[in-house]
Parts: sequence; structure tokens; C-alpha cells
Amino acid sequence: MLLKGKAHKFGNDINTDYIISSKHKSKFKDIKQMSEYLMEDISPGFATKIAKGDFIAAGTNFGCGSSREAAPRVIQEAGISVVFAVSFGRIFYRNAINVGLPVVECNTDKIKDGDLLSLDLSNNFLRNETKGVVIKMNPFPKFMQLILEEGGLPNYVKKFGFKI
Amino acid sequence: MGKTIAEKIFSSHCGVHCRGGEYVIAEPDILMSHDGNRPLAIDVYEELGMEKIYDPLRTILIIDHHTPAPGETNAALHKKMREFSKKYGTPLHESEGICHQLLPERGYVTPGSLVIGTDSHTCTYGALNAFSTGVGSTDFAVAMTYGKLWFKVPETVRINFIGKLPTGVFSKDLILSLIGQLKANGAMYMAVEFCGDTISSLSIDSRLAICNMVVEMGAKAGIMPFDDTLDEWLRGRVRREFKPVYADEDAVYKEVYDFQVSNICPQIARPHAVDDVVPVTEVEGTRINQANLASCTNGRLEDLRVAANILKGKKIHTDVRFNIIPASREILLDALREGIIQTLVESGANINNPSCKGCSGGAMFGVPADGENIITSSNRNFKGRLGNPNAFIYLASPATVAASARTGRITDCRTFLG
Repeated sequence: MLLKGKAHKFGNDINTDYIISSKHKSKFKDIKQMSEYLMEDISPGFATKIAKGDFIAAGTNFGCGSSREAAPRVIQEAGISVVFAVSFGRIFYRNAINVGLPVVECNTDKIKDGDLLSLDLSNNFLRNETKGVVIKMNPFPKFMQLILEEGGLPNYVKKFGFKI
Repeated sequence: MGKTIAEKIFSSHCGVHCRGGEYVIAEPDILMSHDGNRPLAIDVYEELGMEKIYDPLRTILIIDHHTPAPGETNAALHKKMREFSKKYGTPLHESEGICHQLLPERGYVTPGSLVIGTDSHTCTYGALNAFSTGVGSTDFAVAMTYGKLWFKVPETVRINFIGKLPTGVFSKDLILSLIGQLKANGAMYMAVEFCGDTISSLSIDSRLAICNMVVEMGAKAGIMPFDDTLDEWLRGRVRREFKPVYADEDAVYKEVYDFQVSNICPQIARPHAVDDVVPVTEVEGTRINQANLASCTNGRLEDLRVAANILKGKKIHTDVRFNIIPASREILLDALREGIIQTLVESGANINNPSCKGCSGGAMFGVPADGENIITSSNRNFKGRLGNPNAFIYLASPATVAASARTGRITDCRTFLG
């Protein structure tokens, strides 16, 4: 399946407190309400700038910090379909896979804010349409690809059993 | 080829010999979850229609992050956790302290064990020679049901600390110094094995503080050696047999670093990054408005004790609010018996219930005003961490925090110690 969307670019070490601040945990009951505050402390109003199917592209260590699963969930809920980064905080990475949010390691220096991207995950193809360049992605292990295709870990385990 | 401690622990928990870089399915010995997660791990479990728990007695639930409940949202979640515990027979600890103090204190964690928790600072228990790591709510829901989880076995970085820490320099200064050098992504996906004579000289409280913060360098786990100090500390706490784990002589490490500690001075992380670490002397004199002695990093008895030593018979500065949150009820009781709490209250400090107050912004506790400077013994200083993005948070050792509360400015604790 080919996904197309605009990239929203962020820098290095974007931590999960910036993705979704702790204070919202006590104010709001659910992820949908929290998603309005995605990146609020570093980019006020960011959630309003997202069109469904857009992407996030970031530098190193995206999603570092706490283990909050709310982080990939609010990103999904706000309409982002895939996160690209040079590298990811490890708990954020596994949380994203587990909830079915693709997290792709690649050289995001080739992506600027506002660039249009085309992505076909199952065929390992990413192109920056604005710049006219193909970007190489680090492939997932097969079991992670299947987890993503099933929409997350629980569905994967129910379908395939607990194996990798 | 020999194995690292992490490789040995994963091998024994997944039933096959495995190495760093490989993906495995392993069975954790202990699973921990608390009230700070959104969604709650138990909500994910129930939404997915999971019907049974693999082993209730190894599934530990803790109410520590937002307690007593600061509003209806949290009150409802706490009620849900209590009902869940009653229904399934999982241990629940409420009003007893922070998860990362309770699990070691109550003997849940043993050398050689594999522990997961829905909190990034779950790496703390590596100080007990265990492999302990943070996961998310869905991980927990699945592991709680099936008794196992997927993992990538980490490669290991070995850190050898050599020498004696000088007076006024503590394990918090050591880990801050390390994070400042390796940076926020310096140990990404790695296990960090600590060794050396410095570690042998440290108390368990001090070792817990070091392992607690390895996540701030991107590490999956921090692991300390098993020795007589740990053996002594575990006696009377742990309920089951254990076998300590030692790295093989010919284990293969990604990197090995040697650090000479006798030159280290008190350290501080400046706003708003944990790895922006400088000597305290570089920011000495900066006015502070609030000091927090709190958290799973440094809310332990030796931390309260050093603060009391600095403040005995003295008052905190009139412009400073000083909040003290012991990491567990047991610590609070010990501190009461030692006269520590009396000393701190007499100095003008506020004592609060053992919980994650003073570190987690969701607790809505001690929220700073715009432009204020806070110095804290906790582990993160990101913008907005304490509930206001327009404030500035400094991370330091308990001694530095207490010295600064006393003078009203960031202060080198050696002014008052030794």
C-alpha cells in the first residue's frame, strides 16, 4: 500500500514529555482528548497543523525519556501514519510497534519540514517527492513487520501465537 | 565465547543460548505496573478481552504516581486498580511508596531475575544484579496474559569506575557525570554493566541511584555486580532462592570505559536536558525558588540523612520552598526514628507522603511559577516536567539540593560537608 503525506520535521532528542506532557494525564480521560496537545510545549498548536496521513520526521533519539504508551498513541490519534527518525528511544520504539504505529529508521537529513513523501512499507520503498530522492530505510525483522500489519501485538499474538 | 550478564539472564529466561542483537521470547519473573500510565496497562488488558492472568503473584500493581488522587480522573483509575487486584489476586501497593523503591525493598527482585515494568526507570533494580527494563502498557497486558514477551537481547557497554569518591561527591554526581559525557543517546539499546572498586564501596541506595538513570543515556538496563554488600542487604528481604550472575572473563562488550573518580566534583544538569551536565561551580550563585528532595533516584534514607546533616539547627532560605518526599513508608519511618524528619521540618521543609510527587508532573504537586528555578534530586528536567513549561529545572545530588535550599542559591555542598 502506498502512503503519501507531508513531513513535519523535528530535531534530536524529542522526549516523550514533549510528545505528550504528564500534566494531561490528570486532566483528560482519554487519548483522543490528549492528542490535541501533541508536542504542545515545543510547538504550540502542532496538532491543528496535521492532515490525516501526514508523517513525522525527526533526528536522533526520537521518543527518548519515559515509557508512556500514550506517546505513540497520541501521535496516531492526531493523524500521523508513520514516524521516521535517524534513531528512536527504545521504549518508544517498542510501544509504537506494539500499537501498530510504524517507526522507520532512515537518514532524515534528506527530509525537510513540509516535504511530500511516498512510502510503501511492505516493499521497503521511501521517496521524497519534493526533493526527488529515494531514501534507504532500515528494514524491520519479519515478526515486527507482521505485528504492524496486524495493527499491533495483541492481534498478532491472537493470530500467530507467541512466536518470532 | 563468554557471555555478558545480560546474555546470561536472557539465555536462562528464554531457554536457549542467546547473544546481543538477537530477538527472543523470554519469561519475566516479575511484572510491575503503576497508576501513571495512560492507558493503564490493566485497561489494555480488559479492552482486549484477555481472560486470565498467567501468574497473579508476579504481577505487582502500584499506586504511586498521583496519590492521594488529585482529582476525579485519577480517583477513578485508582478505584479500577483496586477492583482489578481484588478480582485477580494481584498484589497491590497503595500509599506505601514509589514502585522503584518498593520492589527492591519488599524483596520482589532477586539477583539473576528478569523484571519488566511500565516505567522507564524500571532499570533501577539492576543494582540488585538483575536485568530490569521499562516497557509499555500493551507489552504489560500481553506479558501478564501469556507470561512472556518479545525482547531484543542488548549488547553491553562495560563501565569500570576506579578509585574513591571524594568528600561531598556522591553516586548522583557520578551518574550525572557519565550521562554528561556519553550523552542522551550514548548507550542506546545497550545494557550497561558497572564494575570497579568504586562500586564495591557504594551502599545499595547509592547503586540504585546510578542504575535508575541509565535510561537517560538511552540504555535498556544497568547492571551491578553481586557482592557481600548486596548479599547482606538482601538478607531478610527476599523470599525466594536466587543465583547471582557474573559476566564471563571472555564476555564480549560493545565498548569498555575506564573512569577515574577521584577527580570528580559535584555535578548539575542544567535546564532543559539531562545530559547538559556541568560542575556545580559553573552555575553556583544562581537563585532558586524551590528545592525538591524526592523521587526513585534520590528519595532514600541516605539522601534524607545528608540533607539533615546540612540543615541541622539551620533554616532554609526565606525565598525557597523545600519539598521532601521520602521514597517509601519504611524510609519515612526510619527517618522519623533517626530524628531526620524533625531536623528537616524545623529547617522549614515540607514533608510529603511517599510517592512520585516532586518528579512526575501529573501529580500536580509543587508546580512552579513562570520563570522560577527549581533544583531537584530527581531524574528529568525537560521543559514542563513539573507542570509549567516556563520554569527551569536543575538536577543534582541530595547534598547539593539541601545546600542550595539553605542558601537560596545553587551551592557547592562541600561548603557544608567535610
